[in-house]
Amino acid sequence: MITRREKIAGGVANFIDERTGAAKWVKKNLQKVFPDHWSFMLGEIALYSFIILLLSGTFLTFWFVPSQEELVYNGSYQPLNGIKMSAAYESTLNISFDVRGGLLMRQVHHWAALLFLAAMVAHLLRVFFTGAFRKPRELNWIFGVALLTLGIVEGFLGYSLPDDLLSGTGIRIAEAIIQALPVIGTYLAFFAFGGDFPGELFIPRIYTVHVLLLPGIFLALITVHLMLVWYQKHTQYPGAGRTEKNVVGYPLLPVYMAKAGGFFFIVFGVTVLLGAFASINPIWIFGPYTPTQISAGSQPDWYMGWLDGLVRMAPPLETHAFGYTISWNILIPGLIIPGIIFTGMALYPFIEAWATGDKREHHLLDRPRNAPTRTAIGAMSLTFMIVALINGGNDLIATHFGLSINQIMWGTRISIILLPPLAYIITKRVCLSLQRYDRELVLHGRETGRLVMLPHGEYIEVHEPISPEKAYLLTQHEQAPPLEAPSADANGVAPRGGIKSRIRTRLSKALLGEQIAKPTAEDVKALEGGHH
Amino acid sequence: MSLFKWLTGKRRHRAMAPALLVFGLFLIGGIYSIAAAPNNATASNAKSALIEEGKNIFARGCSSCHGLNAEGGSIAPSLIGVGAASVDFQVATGRMPMADMSQQAKRKKPVYTPEEIAALAAYVASLAPGPAIPTAEQLDYERNGNIAEGGELFRTNCAMCHNAAAQGGALTAGKYAPTLMGVEPVHIYEAMITGPQSMPVFGDRAITPEEKLSIIKWIKSVETEGNYAGASLGKVGPVTEGLLGWVLGIGSLIGIAIWLATKAR
Amino acid sequence: MSNEIEPLADPGLPHHVHRKADTDPKAEKRAERQVSILFLLSTAGTLLFIYSFIFIPTDIFVFLPLLGKVNAHNLGIGAGLGFALFFIGAGAVHWAKTLMPDEEVIAQRHTMRSSDEDRASFVETVKAEAGKVQLGRRSMIKRTLGLALGLVGLSPIILLRDLGPLPEQRLLKTTWDKGVRIVTDPGNRPIKPEDLEVGAIAHVLPEIKDPEHRKLSDIGKDAAILIRVRPSELKLSAERMAWTHEGIIAFSKICSHMGCPVALYEQQTKHLLCPCHQSTFDVPTGAKVIFGPAARPLPQLSITVDSEGYLVAAAPFNEPVGPSFWERNI
Repeated sequence: MITRREKIAGGVANFIDERTGAAKWVKKNLQKVFPDHWSFMLGEIALYSFIILLLSGTFLTFWFVPSQEELVYNGSYQPLNGIKMSAAYESTLNISFDVRGGLLMRQVHHWAALLFLAAMVAHLLRVFFTGAFRKPRELNWIFGVALLTLGIVEGFLGYSLPDDLLSGTGIRIAEAIIQALPVIGTYLAFFAFGGDFPGELFIPRIYTVHVLLLPGIFLALITVHLMLVWYQKHTQYPGAGRTEKNVVGYPLLPVYMAKAGGFFFIVFGVTVLLGAFASINPIWIFGPYTPTQISAGSQPDWYMGWLDGLVRMAPPLETHAFGYTISWNILIPGLIIPGIIFTGMALYPFIEAWATGDKREHHLLDRPRNAPTRTAIGAMSLTFMIVALINGGNDLIATHFGLSINQIMWGTRISIILLPPLAYIITKRVCLSLQRYDRELVLHGRETGRLVMLPHGEYIEVHEPISPEKAYLLTQHEQAPPLEAPSADANGVAPRGGIKSRIRTRLSKALLGEQIAKPTAEDVKALEGGHH
Repeated sequence: MSLFKWLTGKRRHRAMAPALLVFGLFLIGGIYSIAAAPNNATASNAKSALIEEGKNIFARGCSSCHGLNAEGGSIAPSLIGVGAASVDFQVATGRMPMADMSQQAKRKKPVYTPEEIAALAAYVASLAPGPAIPTAEQLDYERNGNIAEGGELFRTNCAMCHNAAAQGGALTAGKYAPTLMGVEPVHIYEAMITGPQSMPVFGDRAITPEEKLSIIKWIKSVETEGNYAGASLGKVGPVTEGLLGWVLGIGSLIGIAIWLATKAR
Repeated sequence: MSNEIEPLADPGLPHHVHRKADTDPKAEKRAERQVSILFLLSTAGTLLFIYSFIFIPTDIFVFLPLLGKVNAHNLGIGAGLGFALFFIGAGAVHWAKTLMPDEEVIAQRHTMRSSDEDRASFVETVKAEAGKVQLGRRSMIKRTLGLALGLVGLSPIILLRDLGPLPEQRLLKTTWDKGVRIVTDPGNRPIKPEDLEVGAIAHVLPEIKDPEHRKLSDIGKDAAILIRVRPSELKLSAERMAWTHEGIIAFSKICSHMGCPVALYEQQTKHLLCPCHQSTFDVPTGAKVIFGPAARPLPQLSITVDSEGYLVAAAPFNEPVGPSFWERNI
């Protein structure tokens, strides 16, 4: 007996299948298995934030006027009546005060942007520390780094569109970076701005980049990024029953659909609630942009704060030679260091693979403690970025905590050199300690805190053996030996390796050399006889 | 012999010229003091009593740093010529007497009563001409100020130190421009004309009195304006917004993700 | 190392633990009710959104703890819409967690690498078909094709030429010139030395014919500041002292680092602070950099008074104002 609902559903399915032959691949994909762990949802936060940006952004484009034409304000916000401003700023005031829901949508859009970038960073950290970027996912990692980089640019252009005093200052600084480029800088700056700063063409141009070019590139990159995850199947954390050759989790229909779909609504809801309860980018307080005004405590959005922090702490180096000027104080913190960081980030999977000589596929994630050098490198880079970020807000820190900006600046200048290596050393030691702790757990069991007195008077603490699943989890990781330098052959002739081979061996030793040997089945058996 | 004959007889005496001079001085001085005296004798008495009281308070509470005659010294500047407005600003906002010399003078609860402050102001004003305390008529910003113009002036002249929303900002070496929230209009006016501590002087020809009132009106409107979009987060921009986004935004979403992925009981 | 010796065996997936709602019908009903309540909360949110949008005026403020005085309309529509969306998600997730099947499923992975046969067949096909093109023999075609594609690739670059004018002298010149009056910003009032007290700073621009319609691009280079100190406090060379007037010294307001306006003047220390990156300039020594990333002092403007006693520029700036650039050769 076919119910009415089944009849309608059947009709729809038939219609589509007769035109696309979709039955087979839809069935296959509805059964696709996705591992379930909260840390796998960080990328989802970024994805859903992107969708929220598209939706709220489209709303805003219905009222925003991307023009720097000067006009006099005459609207609802009294404190700006009669003030000269650009049409872009005026239309943003209009959205904020005269379009119902306009201010809410502006807020949702900006909060979604902050969450988009924060989620990408959190997701990147998760992928890095668990080694998910290893083969076959190196390409996906590069796409991800590209998404992060473009996201930073997109956010900067986005909050510059309203042409307010705070963001206009940011554009001035960006123009100074472009202008500082040797040989081509002034030409690039004049082409970008259509003449002197600020000109009248910059806002309309970045509008096109912000609503058309970059979203288009994002859609393409995100699609490829997700397709690769789909096709290569998601990685999974190691544990009982999980191998390199399987995926353990829940099927798309119904569980994953419900959870992922539900999570989209949750992310959307949290973003809108932020827009309702927390003020962000109140441009009417800053006033319209003019190059003669500035506010104390001017900062870019957080994802560019580290750039600002690097620029603030740069030493005042400039070379004047042969009638030309090179501004190292701008180029080094503004372009060279970020270039090194992002290029290093993009190439890291290949560097690590080359150093370890590991050419195999990896679908099981690393527990960070089992890759101590990689985890330490990550901690070191993160420390560097955080110190830079803190320096970006040094004037607000000074005002809020009653400190001197000069002292803070010297503090961060010294910290950014001393703290990252310190973070490396400490993190590596902590990882090795954790490995030792795991070994103890496997061999001697969990400390229960119960004390027992033995007949002959000795006190011991009772240890409870851990479950086989946990024991497996703590010992399933690989501990490959480091690559060895090729040794002399039978006739005593040293091999030709050159510097590349030597670097490789050193790196390999650094990455793989120090490990706490995990216990084996023999070790455990040897203990089983009557040991606590 | 008459007095007249005796005097003329002595006219060539060598003491006559200086005596005549002294007599003339007393005559002119006496005529002046009578002519210039206010009609209300009690007012002049009150004013000089105020100055006298101010001098006493000054000797007790200020002279140890500013000198017995307000001439200043190595640790405090001279107050001769700073005017009543300076005294009213510094003492009524509690900045003076300064407790901790290592830091910038902070706004705190005033030590002196309004009467004592008036006395101090009168005393310092009596030392040399200087900016006077603005009257209530001069401070009528509601009538004579223009909010939008005030905002424009504020953003050009004040925001670089005090922040575009008047929340305060950092200067070098631990100094700071304080927040202007909750500051009396009279003190804002006085600060502009006297240029206290690190603040430059904004004289009446650089920023006219009407413009000063516009600035005050704008500051007051910022103070009383409601938040259009939820909690203000300090009105200092991206730093607090970024912090909230990470802590509350990503934090709560991670918490929800953990709930989502945890097996139900 | 350990991988040569036998590691601990994989005990397989742990035994499945049933949820309360799987075995107990009452728990199941309760879970259903909870999910439904969450969905109903969402509808309440939407109703709050619609009500607030239509009926709450946009200019009402309410005082709430923690939030302060906030706009009621934005709060109403935001909270309404936010909760509406949130509870749909919460309901869906709770449904999945408590009621939907939660047995873990195992699927097999396949190596990404194609099989050897597939790869061999791929190579063969490409070689065969591509070989028919005989690119090796057609060197003239190869070269001319390369030339054509390369050349046409230039056209988008050429098309972008009119994005902007060439810089030429624009970065080197400002409106300031000999005899140009100094006027206040805002207000456009000319200034006499008596208008500035010792310890004062004034924000100024050059006088132009149509002050109501200054271009921002001009303001961005013309903005300047006047600072008055006691002449004895200046520590300048004789040449630069001649550029001041009765203790009034003029500088470009545009920071020599990255172009922010430098206007934080500390009257007592006579330092100018740029709020963007904390570059600090010392006024008595000619705005020399004493802290921060700026590498050059602020350009000084030579000033004097005209016949009517108003302050005027005595000459244009002797160097380009604003941030550095490649062609800057001072």
